[in-house]
Amino acid sequence: MNKLELMKMANEVRKGAITAVHSAKSGHPGGSLSAADIYTYLYFEEMNVDPKDPKKADRDRFVLSKGHTAPGYYATLANKGFFPVEDLTTLRKVGSYLQGHPDMKHIPGVDMSSGSLGQGISAAVGMAISAKLNDASYRVYTLLGDGEIQEGQVWEAAMLAGHRKLDNLVVIVDNNNLQIDGTVEEVNSPYPIDKKFEAFNFHVINIDGHDFDAIDAAFKEAREIKGQPTAIIAKTVKGKGVSFMENQVSWHGSAPNDEQYAVAMADLEKVGEALCQK
Amino acid sequence: MSEVKKIATRESYGNALVELGKKHDNVVVLDADLAAATKTGIFKKAFPERHIDCGIAESNMIGVAAGLATTGMVPFASSFAMFAAGRAFEQVRNSVGYPKLNVKIGATHAGISVGEDGATHQCNEDIALMRTIPGMVVINPADDVEAKAAVEAAYEHVGPVYLRFGRLAVPVINDNPDYKFELGKAVTLREGTDVTIIASGLTVSESLVAAEKLAADGISAEVINMHTIKPLDEEAVIKAAAKTGKIVTAEEHSVIGGLGSAVCDVVAEKAPAKVLKIGVNDTYGESGPAVELIKKYGLDADSIYEKVKAFV
Repeated sequence: MNKLELMKMANEVRKGAITAVHSAKSGHPGGSLSAADIYTYLYFEEMNVDPKDPKKADRDRFVLSKGHTAPGYYATLANKGFFPVEDLTTLRKVGSYLQGHPDMKHIPGVDMSSGSLGQGISAAVGMAISAKLNDASYRVYTLLGDGEIQEGQVWEAAMLAGHRKLDNLVVIVDNNNLQIDGTVEEVNSPYPIDKKFEAFNFHVINIDGHDFDAIDAAFKEAREIKGQPTAIIAKTVKGKGVSFMENQVSWHGSAPNDEQYAVAMADLEKVGEALCQK
Repeated sequence: MSEVKKIATRESYGNALVELGKKHDNVVVLDADLAAATKTGIFKKAFPERHIDCGIAESNMIGVAAGLATTGMVPFASSFAMFAAGRAFEQVRNSVGYPKLNVKIGATHAGISVGEDGATHQCNEDIALMRTIPGMVVINPADDVEAKAAVEAAYEHVGPVYLRFGRLAVPVINDNPDYKFELGKAVTLREGTDVTIIASGLTVSESLVAAEKLAADGISAEVINMHTIKPLDEEAVIKAAAKTGKIVTAEEHSVIGGLGSAVCDVVAEKAPAKVLKIGVNDTYGESGPAVELIKKYGLDADSIYEKVKAFV
C-alpha cells in the first residue's frame, strides 16, 4: 500500500474501532485510535500474513501486549479480511467470538491471547526464540502501551530478548502519554523509554507514530538490524482522529453515547473525504 | 531386608526430559537459574541448544513458554513450585491456561520436604492454585518410576500440565513390570476393607508403611495412589466410599485446596462417607532436615498410622 492508501485504511480502522466500542457500550477507544496507524502499517504493509490461511506456519506473528485496545486490532483484522467487518458490532457481547481482550482460540488472525498487561511481550519473545531454534524466517511484532511498561515482567522479557540477540523481534511502544490515573509521568514515569530499551541491548528508533513515512522507515530499518531486537518508540496522540477524544484520559476506557458516536463518525468521515480528494 | 532404593522425583524429572528430548525434536526446556536444583541441567548437558535459561524471572519464563507453545514446540518450564505456581500464577492462568497452550510446568521442591530453606521456599499451596485453573492437569507422582512415566504422559497430553516433584529422595515403590501410568487413573496399591487411604507424592510410600502397621493391629487399610489430582479419578473415590466408608487423604500440601479437598468434593456430592484429611494444617513450614519436618508436620508413616487408627 502507498501512503495515501494506508492513511485511508487507518481511517477505516478508526471507524471500525469506534463503531465496535459504541456498539458494546464499553471498551477502550483512546488507545485503539492512538495505535491505529501502527496496526494498519503492520497488517497492510509490514507483515507476511494471509487471512485465508491465518495459521500458516511461516506467517509473521503479532502479539497485542496492550490487549485492551482490541477494538483497533479487531478492526484491522476485519478490514484485512480475517473476519467480516460487520461482526465488529458483536464486540463484548455474550456469545460473540470478539472478546473484550484478544482470544487466540476463537478469533481468526490472533496469534496470542492477551490482556493482562506485561504478559504479551513474553509470549512474543518465546515466538522469536522458537524461530531462532527452528531456523524459521518469520518475524515477531508486539505492541505495548507506555503505561504497560510499568509492569516488571516487560523488563524481564526485554532483558531476555536483548540477551539472546533476538533480531527477529520488534517491540513497539505506543507512547500516547496517558494511562487510567493520569499522564504516565505523573503516575509513575517510565521516561526515558528509549534509554531503558537501549540498556537492554535493543536497537531503538523514536518516531512520530502517526507519520507513515516515519513508520515505514522505522520498520525497514528494523529489518536491517542484526544481533539486536528493535524497539520502536512511537509518539502518539491518545484518541487520535476523534476531536473530543484526543489527549483526553477519560476516553481511555469508556464508550461514546449515540450523540458522541455521531460526532466521532462525522470527524472520521471528514478525514476520509479529505483523503479521497488527494 | 535389602536396602530400599531411594530417588528424588526431581532427579527423575531431569532424566525423563533427556529421554523425551532424544525422541522428540520439539521438546524445549526452560529454567529460571535453578537448573542444578530442578535437574534440568541434565537436559542442558544433552541438548544445550534446547535449554533456555531465563534467569531469575519466572513470570517471563512462563510467558516465553506460552509463546514457544504457539509455534508447536513443547516447552517444559521448570522452577521450584513456590515460583512456578506461586509467583507466576497469573501468567500460568492467563498466558497458558486461558489459551489452553501446550505448556508443561515442571515444579520441583514442592511441599515442606524442601527442608532447610524453610517456609519461604516450602510451597504447600501449589496444587490448590493449579487445580482451580480450567483445563489444567495436575500430577503429583509418588516415586522415580511414576515421575518418569508422568513426564512422558504429560508430553503426550495436548494441553497444559502441572507436574509436581520433590527434593527429598523417596523410596521406589513402582518398580515392577506391571506398572502402567494412566493419566487420571488412580492405582490401588494395597487392598483393604476397613479404611481407604488416598495419597499422592511422598505420602504414598509412607501410607504403605502405615497400612502394614495397621494390619498388625487388625485394621485392614486400602491404599490408593492418586497420582493425578486433576482430573481426579472420581470413580475410585466413589468405589472406596462404598467399600470401606472411611476415607483418609494424605498429602504433602495444605489441607486446604489440595488432594483432600478434591476428594471431599466428590465425597460430599456423590458418595457421602467419613473423611479425615492429613496434610499441612493451614500453617507455614520451617527450616530443618526434610525427614524431621515430615515427622513434625505429621506426614510420616508413624503419624499416618496413629491418625488412621484413631479415625477408624
